[in-house]
Amino acid sequence: MAKHLIELTGLCKTFDDNEVLKDINLYINENEFLTLLGPSGCGKSTLLRIIAGFETPTSGTVSFEGKDLSGVPAYERKVNTVFQRYALFPHLDVFDNIAFGLNIKKLPKKEIEQKVRKVLELVNLKGFENRTISSLSGGQQQRIAIARAIVNEPKVLLLDEPLAALDLKLRQGMQLELKNMQRELGITFIYVTHDQEEALTMSDTVVVMKEGTIQQIGTPTDIYNEPKNAYVADFIGESNIIDGIMKKDCLVNILDTDFECVDTGFSENEDVDVVIRPEDIYILEPDKGKIPGTVESVIFKGVHYEMVIDTGSFKWLVHDTAKYEVGSQVSLFVKPFDIHIMKKS
Amino acid sequence: MKKNIFKSLFENTYLFLMFLFLYFPIVMLMIFSFNSVKSTSNWEGFSLRWYEQMFSDDALLEAFANTITIGILAAVISCIIGTAAAIGIQGYRSKKAKGLINALTNLPMVSSELVMGVSMMILFLYVKIPLGYATLLMSHITFCVPYVIVSVLPKLVQLDTGLYEAALDLGAKPFYAFRKVVIPEIKPGVISGLLISFTLSIDDFVISFFTTGNGVSNLSIYIYSSVRRGVNPMYNALSTIMFVLVALLLFMINKRSGNKNNAPSIIP
Amino acid sequence: MYKKSLSYPHLVWMVAFVIVPMFLIFLYAFTSNTTDGNISFTFDNFKKCIDPMYLKIYANSIWIAFLSVVFCLILGYPAAKILADKDRRRMAAGKKASGLMMLFVMPMWMNVMLRLYSWLTILQPNGVLNSFLGILNLPEIDIMYTRTAVVLGTVYDFIPFMIMPIYSVLIKIDDSLIEAAEDLGANKSRVFLKVILPLSLPGIVSGITMVFLPALTSFYISDFFSGGQFMLIGNLIEKNFKNPVGRNFGSSLSIILMGFAFLSMHIMKLFNKSNRQMDMF
Repeated sequence: MAKHLIELTGLCKTFDDNEVLKDINLYINENEFLTLLGPSGCGKSTLLRIIAGFETPTSGTVSFEGKDLSGVPAYERKVNTVFQRYALFPHLDVFDNIAFGLNIKKLPKKEIEQKVRKVLELVNLKGFENRTISSLSGGQQQRIAIARAIVNEPKVLLLDEPLAALDLKLRQGMQLELKNMQRELGITFIYVTHDQEEALTMSDTVVVMKEGTIQQIGTPTDIYNEPKNAYVADFIGESNIIDGIMKKDCLVNILDTDFECVDTGFSENEDVDVVIRPEDIYILEPDKGKIPGTVESVIFKGVHYEMVIDTGSFKWLVHDTAKYEVGSQVSLFVKPFDIHIMKKS
Repeated sequence: MKKNIFKSLFENTYLFLMFLFLYFPIVMLMIFSFNSVKSTSNWEGFSLRWYEQMFSDDALLEAFANTITIGILAAVISCIIGTAAAIGIQGYRSKKAKGLINALTNLPMVSSELVMGVSMMILFLYVKIPLGYATLLMSHITFCVPYVIVSVLPKLVQLDTGLYEAALDLGAKPFYAFRKVVIPEIKPGVISGLLISFTLSIDDFVISFFTTGNGVSNLSIYIYSSVRRGVNPMYNALSTIMFVLVALLLFMINKRSGNKNNAPSIIP
Repeated sequence: MYKKSLSYPHLVWMVAFVIVPMFLIFLYAFTSNTTDGNISFTFDNFKKCIDPMYLKIYANSIWIAFLSVVFCLILGYPAAKILADKDRRRMAAGKKASGLMMLFVMPMWMNVMLRLYSWLTILQPNGVLNSFLGILNLPEIDIMYTRTAVVLGTVYDFIPFMIMPIYSVLIKIDDSLIEAAEDLGANKSRVFLKVILPLSLPGIVSGITMVFLPALTSFYISDFFSGGQFMLIGNLIEKNFKNPVGRNFGSSLSIILMGFAFLSMHIMKLFNKSNRQMDMF
């Protein structure tokens, strides 16, 4: 079993009258890539800032390697942060920015030079030592911000939406690099983002948050395939979320049609949320599927077509590689294990 | 936590002492303007005699009137020149021309008041304009115009030229479009410029000192020459009135700028 | 809409009342004072400027201006820092700036003569200060007509010019820079020395220029507080211009002053620029 590096217990935070975090309990393992995922205002950044030591929790504790961190100021914590807008010191050049933490530790000059050179190589910015911050592009500043943090060899690296300011192409490249870096360095990453794709691509563990509470903790696959509730399902990807009634174990009634499913343990005739991913719905000829409908719109999305199928009482979002003309009559089919049943929250 | 309380106590004490340094003399001055005897340090009782005396001193009243009329005239004239100039400056496309005009506009703001004052005095003497009310007014306009431009220009830069073009497109004649679309947009800047000019004008001493003559004086000059004869609670009374007036003006400027922490922008 | 011709009155005005007068100052400085109206070129006015008697006055002016700058900085920096910290905290919490800064700059807008007069009523031998000391049974102090009084008056007159630019720079420093420094292991005093102070340097530099140059030339302050005993470069220029015979000499002094102002601004600019690239602290 992996060792718990950080443990958060009963963490609450209130700003004025605003409850930002409500009783957060979470542990983070060594060498884990953990992502805090949620929309803006869900408290994910505040949680990160509490771990970094920039905010003090209203109640609850943060422990690090088994020791309580309360009262330990940010500058004494063995964590380093990559800030959202990088927060590079404009009055210092690249070398002095990266050497900032090492200078404070009063390491010998030679060693500092070595470490800075090595970390610059790691972030692919060899030879940038004497450049000014303002002469760097956004992507380069991003790398320097990461270099400045990891050169201190922290046990944990905190990243607050570090890729939010980059354009799509650059962002995707950096995602891979960050993941590789984490593996190479063998340290824990706690990553904050509102981008579910980013979270699923990079993380070992994803923590989905909503309004100051944790909705689900799991591996990306778990979160995607077995969302705990309609909120997680909706946030993780586009989904069809439909009201249903559980007839009995493994049989759910959606839109007056009975569907076989694989879920058990609900009481008879219980109201539930049914979640079906758009790519799990098959479009068949009019009489071959379960529910008949009309194609209402078609948008080409590069690899697949995104279609809206109107079945009278519900409009389904469906992804398919084949194209169906607008107005054509079709029917829909779903395999039992692609139907996810969730308790009403 | 204990450390924080200590720190905020220190901070507040420091600020309080600084406020004391800045305002103690002014408050004392105001208090003793109501003193019943001719002392600015021993309180003997309340009276308005210094205010009465002040209002019967013709030289002082004349200086006061000059200060106010020059303030108003300088503010209005520099507002007209400055606003027109700001609009005109927007018309220059070449960077070089713009830079040159900017340098010319900034010159009075960055050069020493003393040098401004003596050089204008030399000019008036050279072209043989007798020093007096007119020269005083001209010199005040000279140092006010740049401040008007500085407060109007940002509004013009913000102004979407599309608005003006839209008005023309909808059938407005240029002057009508200007009056209905441009003027309302830049009005806040013009009014700030007006208020700043007035305040600068009534505050000025150095430039006035060199550009007036033939017995025409404003308040600053009047006080400068009379205080050498010794303190008199009458000046306290005058100061009190001026302070209240300026505080009201500042309050108006501050209100206008909507407390967007604009204070620094109105500082010379 | 943007007719260039609208700017002509302003341009003509500035040329007439700023450029031409400057030109006249140069003309006066390089010519001799002749009663018959003949103009003759000369360097005499500048030669006169380096007379030891005047050099002493310059030294004295620079010393007083320097002391004033130092006191303005020592008193003003903490005030600007505290005010900026307060306002940053307020703004971080989504509130408006406190407006305390406005109170700090307000005296600056009061008529300059009245401001100085208010200190006169306090410092004069039978003024407020000594009556307070009398009540407390302390010995009277008489600093009126001393260099201390001149420096005090200058500091009082110009300290808002020091606080303001420093405050405006401090208020703009990104919070995340301070957090980044803490994150990298810097404690409060190191954060100040390594991040806040270097970043506020442009404010300090512009504060120094805004105080130093006016302090050199504010002849009325030394008139008020030293009764004319302390001749400063400002007083020298004033006296020479008020006297028709002195105007040529006064003009050359003004040019030296302008040159000095230009030079010090330039040095400050250079200092400011080079500091951006290296960590001086």
